[in-house]
Amino acid sequence: MAQIIGAVATSHVPSIGNAMEKGLQKDPYWKPFFDAFDPVHEWLEKKKPDAAVVIYNDHGLNFFLDKMPTFAIGAAEQYENADEGWGLKVAPPYKGDSKLSWHLIDEVIGADFDLVTCQEMLVDHAFVVPMKLMWPEGGPAAIPAVPVTINSIQHPLPSGRRCHALGKAIGDAIESYPEDMRIVVIATGGLSHQLDGQRAGFINKEFDVFCMDKIVNDVDAITALSNHDIIEKAGSQGVELMCWLAMRGAMNGRVSAAHSNYHIPVSNTGGAVMVFDHEPKPVLKAA
Amino acid sequence: MSLNTMSHLDDIPGTTPFDGDQARKGYALNKMCFSFNEKANREDFLADEEAYMEKYKLNEQQKQALRDRNVLAMIEAGGNIYYLAKFAGIFGLGVQDVGAQQTGMEVDEFKKMLAAQA
Repeated sequence: MAQIIGAVATSHVPSIGNAMEKGLQKDPYWKPFFDAFDPVHEWLEKKKPDAAVVIYNDHGLNFFLDKMPTFAIGAAEQYENADEGWGLKVAPPYKGDSKLSWHLIDEVIGADFDLVTCQEMLVDHAFVVPMKLMWPEGGPAAIPAVPVTINSIQHPLPSGRRCHALGKAIGDAIESYPEDMRIVVIATGGLSHQLDGQRAGFINKEFDVFCMDKIVNDVDAITALSNHDIIEKAGSQGVELMCWLAMRGAMNGRVSAAHSNYHIPVSNTGGAVMVFDHEPKPVLKAA
Repeated sequence: MSLNTMSHLDDIPGTTPFDGDQARKGYALNKMCFSFNEKANREDFLADEEAYMEKYKLNEQQKQALRDRNVLAMIEAGGNIYYLAKFAGIFGLGVQDVGAQQTGMEVDEFKKMLAAQA
């Protein structure tokens, strides 16, 4: 059976991608952010995942407001990146795993989460930047992935509680996959930031630190918050925290933080990365 | 009130949640900005801005906000920041330029404000 070996959560700001293209990882502005990925690489090297489930939000590359799914999942053998309009270099295609995708689709819809299924899906910077952070050689070097998106553009957004529950369903689905595979769950986005309005530039370190603490083993303290609360505390785009909540929900066993880094500013954002170890719940076998 | 209730009438200062009212009001503007994912469309826009805005049936409020390059006015006209960022991208402007304009700061001043929150 497949097992969840843990999770990684990271910010996905486009300028991180620009910095990588320009080789600025050791630049004084960027170093405190990029250095925190050395332990992530070591962890991935040690844990050797076979595939990733990547939970993120699309920013108007694959989805437009004509059809805006609350939750969507990729079901392709390959995912292409494309021009997003602001000059980020287009990444080579990423490998999918459509068999794993369809298992997740069957099980998660079976658990009453009505996902939109996508046999074609363009992945934007929110998928590409984290994949490059974790596998810096880029597309072909990275492990196969199943992308899952959460609407973070148009209200009403799903609640944090709902996203966490979606994650639980994804976690159960992964653990019932009959292949002997090691799966890492990746969440991208956040933490606090606001791009729009007179409050643009708002970052809330105190709330971000609170979330990074509570998400390990007291996630109810976050899922109790309304979307209004989250926007007030984390900024309009801080709702990307939903992806972290879904990631946390996917780990149904014992969870501990293996690595954590927080740095301000990464562009307009509180830049965060966390790695989580996961020990699956013991399975009780009938005598 | 449910956990996900959010309205543009909400009371978070300097913040306009992109709800159903905003999405309806800004549809044409956001659709035009979505088209800027493609280079050929960005070039068409630059070649004749008025004709391009007309093609997407922008209303006068939206057209004027774009002519004025005024991001707050674009949001007032229903623009969503993720799509508006593609418009800003045409002019080589990033989220810090856009943030500086909306807050009435110089870009350097805006960057200092971000760093000061560490």
